[in-house]
Amino acid sequence: MALQDKYKALVDAANTSGVNNLQVREQGGVLYIDGNAKGNVKQQLWDIYGKLDPDYASGDLMLNINSVAGVIDGSKLKVTTKESNLNIRSGAGTDFPIISKAARGEIVTLVKKENDQWWVVKTDKGKEGFAFTQYLTPVES
Amino acid sequence: MKRKTIGLVVVVGLVFALSSCGSKTKDADIKVAAENVLAADPACSGLHVTINDGVATITGEVKDEATKTMAQKAIADVKGVKSVENNATVAPPPPPPVVPSATETEAAALTKAVNDAIKDYPGVVATVNNQVLTLTGEVKKADLQKLMMSLNSLKAMGLKSIDSKGLVKK
Repeated sequence: MALQDKYKALVDAANTSGVNNLQVREQGGVLYIDGNAKGNVKQQLWDIYGKLDPDYASGDLMLNINSVAGVIDGSKLKVTTKESNLNIRSGAGTDFPIISKAARGEIVTLVKKENDQWWVVKTDKGKEGFAFTQYLTPVES
Repeated sequence: MKRKTIGLVVVVGLVFALSSCGSKTKDADIKVAAENVLAADPACSGLHVTINDGVATITGEVKDEATKTMAQKAIADVKGVKSVENNATVAPPPPPPVVPSATETEAAALTKAVNDAIKDYPGVVATVNNQVLTLTGEVKKADLQKLMMSLNSLKAMGLKSIDSKGLVKK
């Protein structure tokens, strides 16, 4: 239970901020926290994590908060790449060729969730393909 | 005269001792025999037995119901045991793994997903071994949180833990 003590502030915050399907389990020297929450809640939890474990370097926590679990097909997504354009590929993986690009800040539509890493999106110009979910942020309506 | 008196005291004392402690001595012998029976089976290593007037009481923990029944039969067969009170408890099954082990295909998919996730962080080097990710190289401090966020989400693909001690944060 030592890890639950170390990350108590984080677990408490997850409990009080309304994380859905929250699961906290300790196994093999790692604390696993799983659940679904909105993007801002995920950000708050990660900021707490960063305070409890500077640089996230201890390797004793897996914080798996899914901020896009509730996003449904047809939702609008904003391209939130660091600076470059978002690659749209013909398949779910960086080994598939780039068939189109979406500019940073552009709004695209979710067609289908292939898996947690890759979603099929459609641009306003009608181009459809696979994009890495890390660079897609749901537009809060 | 004095010698006779001492002799009498000793005899009386012995008789008294034997009559009052007779069943206790017997219980102690049965206990030794019962403990030897338990010690012979490693499955019973978590069990203890006490004897009171020939009634054996088993306490402790075993891994399953079958071991509990077997221990009871073994103790019942010990000479001098009149009955057995079986208070042994059965250990709950271990919890299922939080992260299930991966097949070869799943392990390959995880490695690919890791490489996709670090693609935009050029200095970062990742190796995945037995569903454990080791990060080395270097990353901008400002990018660290976002990188860790996307890598932590790979638990859904079977990632067990992340060792980033060797990753330099600039």
